[in-house]
Amino acid sequence: MNRRMFGRSLAVALVAGTTLLGAACAGEEPETPSGPVTITVNGMPPATDAVNRANFEADVKAFEAKYPNIKIDAKEGFMDPQQFATKLAGGQLEDVFYVYLTDPAALIAKRQVQDISAQLAEFPAVKDIKPDLMKVFTDSAGKVYGVPVANYSLGLVYNRTLFAKAGLDPASPPKTWEEVREAAKKITALGNGVVGYGDYSKNNTGGWHFTAEIYSIGGDVAVKDGDTWKAAFNNDKGKQVLQQLKDMRWTDDTMGQRQLLEWADLLQMMASGKLGMYVGSADNFPVIVNQYKAKYEDFGLGGIPGGQGTLGGGDGYMFKAGLSPEKIKAGLTWLSFKGGALDPSRIAADNEKAAAKGQPVGLPQPNIWTGDSLAKWEEATKKFANIPSENFGPFLATATTIPLKLEPPLAQQIYAVLDTAMQKVLTDKNADVNALLADAEKQVNQILTAVK
Amino acid sequence: MTVIAPEQAASTARGSGGRDVAPAGPGPARMARLRRKIGDNLQAYAFLAAGLLCFGLFSWWPLVKGIVLSFQQDNFVTDPIWVGFDNYRAVLDDPLFGTAWLNTLEFTGLALLFGFAVPFVMALVINEFRHAKGFFRFAVYLPVMLPPIVSVLLWQYFYDPGTGLFNAVLSGVGLPTSDWTQSPKMAMISLVLVSTWANMGGATIMYLAGLAGIPGELYEAAELDGASIWQRVRHVTIPQMRFIMLVLLLLQIVATMQVFIEPYQLTGTTNEETITVMVLIYRYAFTVNNDFGLAAAMSVLLFIVLGAFSAVYLRLTRKAD
Repeated sequence: MNRRMFGRSLAVALVAGTTLLGAACAGEEPETPSGPVTITVNGMPPATDAVNRANFEADVKAFEAKYPNIKIDAKEGFMDPQQFATKLAGGQLEDVFYVYLTDPAALIAKRQVQDISAQLAEFPAVKDIKPDLMKVFTDSAGKVYGVPVANYSLGLVYNRTLFAKAGLDPASPPKTWEEVREAAKKITALGNGVVGYGDYSKNNTGGWHFTAEIYSIGGDVAVKDGDTWKAAFNNDKGKQVLQQLKDMRWTDDTMGQRQLLEWADLLQMMASGKLGMYVGSADNFPVIVNQYKAKYEDFGLGGIPGGQGTLGGGDGYMFKAGLSPEKIKAGLTWLSFKGGALDPSRIAADNEKAAAKGQPVGLPQPNIWTGDSLAKWEEATKKFANIPSENFGPFLATATTIPLKLEPPLAQQIYAVLDTAMQKVLTDKNADVNALLADAEKQVNQILTAVK
Repeated sequence: MTVIAPEQAASTARGSGGRDVAPAGPGPARMARLRRKIGDNLQAYAFLAAGLLCFGLFSWWPLVKGIVLSFQQDNFVTDPIWVGFDNYRAVLDDPLFGTAWLNTLEFTGLALLFGFAVPFVMALVINEFRHAKGFFRFAVYLPVMLPPIVSVLLWQYFYDPGTGLFNAVLSGVGLPTSDWTQSPKMAMISLVLVSTWANMGGATIMYLAGLAGIPGELYEAAELDGASIWQRVRHVTIPQMRFIMLVLLLLQIVATMQVFIEPYQLTGTTNEETITVMVLIYRYAFTVNNDFGLAAAMSVLLFIVLGAFSAVYLRLTRKAD
């Protein structure tokens, strides 16, 4: 091929290529009106998480065998708020997608999700899901847009072995913040680098725990005032939270020198037997035990000290706006099969499978059920329990008495602001609690103006 | 000067061979010529089309979409709603609007103070070296080769008030430590330091190129006149470098006004001390507001301001040509 010919061919290829690109961008995926329904779902574990990925794929296979009219197109990934709008705009959002319990309110307000009330009526177990959790997926007119699959609420994670050594009763963890302070002194007195109580102050976890702690003494972070939201922590309750931490850190010296801790740090310290207590939830234990090689026997979970309210969270699935009734029904069928979210009769089988694989059964959460379904959950959990579930007794004893409170709107942004206050009291012995709260209040109010 | 009629010009251009073509109808001849012209330039058109299509698809179309979006409210599910100037009004009413512009100006000012002066001095010093000039040039340029996010993550570790390098060094020699990015006073300066370190290599190299272009005779003449080093810089180097300095100044203003990675990664989108215009746009679109209309409106405003600076830059460079 001479030079001229080559040049022409290249030019034609370029034109053809760019035209194709344009055509590809303009192409739309056609909807299949009849035949098997294909739905895209996310939440598939990544290939690096081999065990769970294999489980997931096996579930898809079993599901498709049981429901030959439904095909599952599973994608990796969970909720990433920063990608959500672009995925939606680009037509890449899955039909049935994972959300945290903090997401639904904004998605419903923006009309980006589908009303599934009509199809949900065909799944009777929905009536047994905790009303607090269903409320998250419901709008003011009573229309439902998704379902919860898991929940957690915060309590007091503690080391039973250290409790016993310090002369404290492992069966009766502190119930008030004063008792936490006293217990922390006794545990720290054991010496050998043991820290009585630990708390977070980095990557939004500080703000998250500030929220949990102010809830526990009956306070709030943000409240609705007419149509707008306002910061609600610059008061005696907010001061009490920060002052207690400041006193424990600097006056009692029961929180250790190392600060600016984030999520995994306290789990690691707890696993290594160097930490007495921290605010955490049941889902921490599998990480403490499996990842950091500890034993379930050493740990316990109590109700949140203060006991006036506990910060709860969790996750669920929602449905993309504009989805056909067939696809919604297929999605709900999938959720009731996979997560057991809408079908409590599957809990026993799931527990049996988990126990056979050496996964913990007997943790107090997740547990989204009430009524008959709760009884099924309890029975199945007791039957296949492979960890000392009595260690979570103190937590379960308060589960029905301490009210569940959800995160404030724009929680992560608010937590980022409150992190600064937590950091300051834990790293600066001259920190001015009043000034920190006033400054945080100003910034949180600014953020809350965006909530409509 | 003789004016030639178009037909006459065409036949003149056609030359002797053209006379054989039937004179009555210029149409077929013209068509043939046109066809030949297009045929000859087919490659050029094809290359141009590919370029135009790429630019159109990935630069101009998004730009137009962005401007349209700034007048809409769009949830990407239902049809977008036209809201006129509502988004602009909301942006202008936002108390953070002023904060963001002031922060951006503060960053730009500080970044110019450091980012403009440091590379110039650095270039002057490196230019004076007789040995290892290449090594120093390479050393100064090295940070530019790091992906920006890597530089920022590196500095994030330096700045960490708990376990960071800076505080470890400061407390090691008995000096008071700082909260760096977490302290309201130090936050902006901390960002500027990162940005200056990461970007000064490019400007230094351009200054060095400029310095190499200054004729040696000028310095010799100045030296013969008994000029000191400072006088040589003041009266020879700076006047000779004036143009390149001005161009770099404008380019730096345009670049620093778009600062994003440093505040986003080091101080986040909620820290009012360091919210810049770009961070505010991001905050509108992805974190606090989740409103692409507001983000688009703010982007258009930034576009207008940067457009003005770019126009000055173009004018200057055209003048120089």
